[in-house]
Amino acid sequence: MNLSVMWSAVPTLLAGVPVTLQLVGLALLFGFVLASGVAWMRLSANRVLSAIAGAYVFVFRGTPLLVQIFLIYYGLGQFQAVRASIFWEILREPYWCGILALTLNTAAYTSEMIRGGIQSVPHGQIEAARACGFSRFLVFRRIVAPIAVRQALPAYGNEVILMVKASSLASTITLLEITGIARRIISQTFAVFEVFIVAGAIYLLINFLITRLIRYAEWRVTPHLRRPA
Amino acid sequence: MKKTLAAIATGMILIAAAGVPQAQAQTKVRIATEGAYLPWNGMDASGKLIGFEIDLAAELCKRIGATCEVMAQDWDGIIPGLQSRKYDVIMAGMSITDERKQVISFAGPYATEPTVFAAMKGSPLLDQNLPTTAVDMAEITPDEQKLIDQTGAAVKGKTVGVQVSTIQQNMLEQLMPGVEVRTYDKVDNLGLDLVSGRIDAIVADRSAIEGLIKAGDQNKDITKFGPAFSRGVLGEGVGAGVRKADTELQAKLDKAIKEATADGTITKLTTQWFGYDTSIK
Repeated sequence: MNLSVMWSAVPTLLAGVPVTLQLVGLALLFGFVLASGVAWMRLSANRVLSAIAGAYVFVFRGTPLLVQIFLIYYGLGQFQAVRASIFWEILREPYWCGILALTLNTAAYTSEMIRGGIQSVPHGQIEAARACGFSRFLVFRRIVAPIAVRQALPAYGNEVILMVKASSLASTITLLEITGIARRIISQTFAVFEVFIVAGAIYLLINFLITRLIRYAEWRVTPHLRRPA
Repeated sequence: MKKTLAAIATGMILIAAAGVPQAQAQTKVRIATEGAYLPWNGMDASGKLIGFEIDLAAELCKRIGATCEVMAQDWDGIIPGLQSRKYDVIMAGMSITDERKQVISFAGPYATEPTVFAAMKGSPLLDQNLPTTAVDMAEITPDEQKLIDQTGAAVKGKTVGVQVSTIQQNMLEQLMPGVEVRTYDKVDNLGLDLVSGRIDAIVADRSAIEGLIKAGDQNKDITKFGPAFSRGVLGEGVGAGVRKADTELQAKLDKAIKEATADGTITKLTTQWFGYDTSIK
């Protein structure tokens, strides 16, 4: 163990934290918007919409993220038509390819959580609200959304943590996030264990903070489960 | 239950004991190569390892009287893998450099090749008509420094792809400041991104670039440009890497490489794989 290598790797690796957080943050944001649409399609009475959403979820949950990243980055770039299109401005950048792959992947999982959350709302409660004269929107805001969020939040917390870890795959498409920088330092020092231990510790710290945040959010949405003071 | 365990234990001891004399009669050497760097080393369609270094490994093993097993290992972790004893020798187009000599020993060098830049046909980089002179950086003369600076100025501000952890990455970072370096795990991926226009140029061993050009139809417009660099930051040639503690193996391999160079075996093998002689003169 070379402690001086570990110590000197810390600032360099920390420089990769913003890129990692951007990848995860933007992918979660875009992914949530997309997931809401997919969940809506999935729950719709329209068979075609539901089938399209189902197929999307099946494909992205059923294939490895690494393969998805490679197909989006190296695969799409193979086609002259893609390179000539307006999308190339975005797809030529490894940064956006990484975000796109992570977005599509997380949206597939998140949409299932949203669907599960919404379907867990007891039908009687919706009927009762309707009977009281609530509009559809009010039913969603007051009854469906709170119960669905409560139901889906623990699973979504897991998804956020999985995304932080999955973002390390972006290093395979030349991105210098934490893992990419770690690989670069290793290529200069050959100190694999030392550098990866530091990188691992940084991921651990990020995920520790995230678990605290999720725990707090769970506490906020479940006032009825708290022990009376 | 105890009896069964004892029987199994005895059996295992017997098997282990039976294995010992065989292992002593013929040493077994495990050799790691990358398998993605033709003509140095590569894989055929069926996944079998082929290339100059695979043939050379067989030749050297014969000369040191060992049985060899050649395995593929990602370039990225090839030195750490040697240190953690996953294999005993690296033969993967690895140049002998001072940085690497700090962590492992080398036998050889057994071959050497210049480093060149390449860009796509039609790229403004090709219009600059950089001289294609050979630049030996072992001792840099003022004329050679001018060529290095000229090349550095041409690629300044451009995105240049390079395989991670290579002598070429060192060259860009040390001699050509202002270049946006993008690192890849495999040479094939360098080619893909050069063709798709994500990067302006690539830099690699001459033969690796020639290998890329031949690899497929879409690669035929990849064009070499500028001087052919060698030595200095690029190291003193390609050698076989071994752990520092394995001095005996290192000495044996070194002797075998010298003999194979002297009797023309390496010239024959390199001509067969590269199309020209890259043996050490």
